[in-house]
Amino acid sequence: MKTAEEKLKDFDAYIESEEKIEPKDWMPDEYRKTMIRQLSQHAHSEVIGMQPEGNWVLRAPSLRAKKILLAKIQDEGGHGLYLYSAAETLGISRDEMIAQLHSGKAKYSSIFNYPALTWADIGAIGWLVDGAAIVNQISLQRTSYGPYSRAMIRICKEESFHQRQGYEIMTTMMNGTAAQKEMAQDAMNRWWWPSLMMFGPPDNESAHTKQSMQWKIKRESNDVLRQRFIDKTVDQAHFIGLTVPDKNMKFNETTQHWDISPIDWEEFKQVIDGNGPCNHKRLSHHIKVHNEGKWVREAALAFSKNQQQNKATLFTN
Amino acid sequence: MSTTDNQLPLWEVFIQSKSGTPHKHAGSIHASDKNMALENARDIYTRRGEGRNIWVVLSDQIAASKTEDEAEFFDPADDKVYRHPTFYKVPEGVKHM
Repeated sequence: MKTAEEKLKDFDAYIESEEKIEPKDWMPDEYRKTMIRQLSQHAHSEVIGMQPEGNWVLRAPSLRAKKILLAKIQDEGGHGLYLYSAAETLGISRDEMIAQLHSGKAKYSSIFNYPALTWADIGAIGWLVDGAAIVNQISLQRTSYGPYSRAMIRICKEESFHQRQGYEIMTTMMNGTAAQKEMAQDAMNRWWWPSLMMFGPPDNESAHTKQSMQWKIKRESNDVLRQRFIDKTVDQAHFIGLTVPDKNMKFNETTQHWDISPIDWEEFKQVIDGNGPCNHKRLSHHIKVHNEGKWVREAALAFSKNQQQNKATLFTN
Repeated sequence: MSTTDNQLPLWEVFIQSKSGTPHKHAGSIHASDKNMALENARDIYTRRGEGRNIWVVLSDQIAASKTEDEAEFFDPADDKVYRHPTFYKVPEGVKHM
């Protein structure tokens, strides 16, 4: 039998050689805990993220737009479910995760605590919020936990349509009337900074980054990913005539990156701590729907039991 | 399933993408019975034509070998090079073998 120390040494060497950790493999408790925290937070974000967009399904400006929005929201639900499944392989139950979300112990991305006020916000969410998520998720395709990595690969394939549909909405509005342009710019102004905050606190203040990088849970730091997103997105904004709401932003010829003004991390902390515009609304809606669905789950189980007793399920004969 | 868990039993999903190819593990879903499991698997894992056939199996019905036992478990095959065609000498000039 190997000692705990030897096991840890083997584990670290295994990670170092770029192998993936699978559910039944030995892993340090801290790795398991970190992975569960990150996976459940990611899953909750996908599911809570359905709410700001769901708000616009009945008010989409055309049938085409409505069908696209529905497909996108359905994807987000699917992504949440892939990620919950991946988390469950680590020994936490779906119920436990949902209970932690409801009690506030588990977090979700603070971006979804902002409201989607106009149709342009649906454009901004797809382009900026999904755009930021994609930068992060592409990096996570190489994460060291097998089920998480596989979920990320699948999710990235599906998400690129999300970002494009958002950019298409913004482009259409920027080619429209003065009022439509103003609406698009207003959405840009409100979503730009929260999107940058999605990458998490700066590297020198990030509580989890160092160990997560060592275990290859995270492959690139918050600041590296944030800068990658900024560099891509600023050009896309300028291309359709949008102004980035940062007067001091300028292109740095030496580094070949866009330098931005300092981010207001106080706002970030406030929203994470529950003081964002929609924290209460998002969570109470989730709790309400979860509780209202209880009888459906109970009925489905009772039906299944009944069917088994009658030995008459649909797929046996 | 634990008594506190009302999220329905867990199933593993295997998808065949094309005729003639093997079913591949895609992930898992929760469902109360086979029928719901197949429909949920379809909605979660094949929204873009990824499959033509789906298998679902209750997760607790799967047995798996352990990665940490990999060396010993697969050891019996390690010293049997004669299972590979390159082990054998074929006279020069012999074709199509």
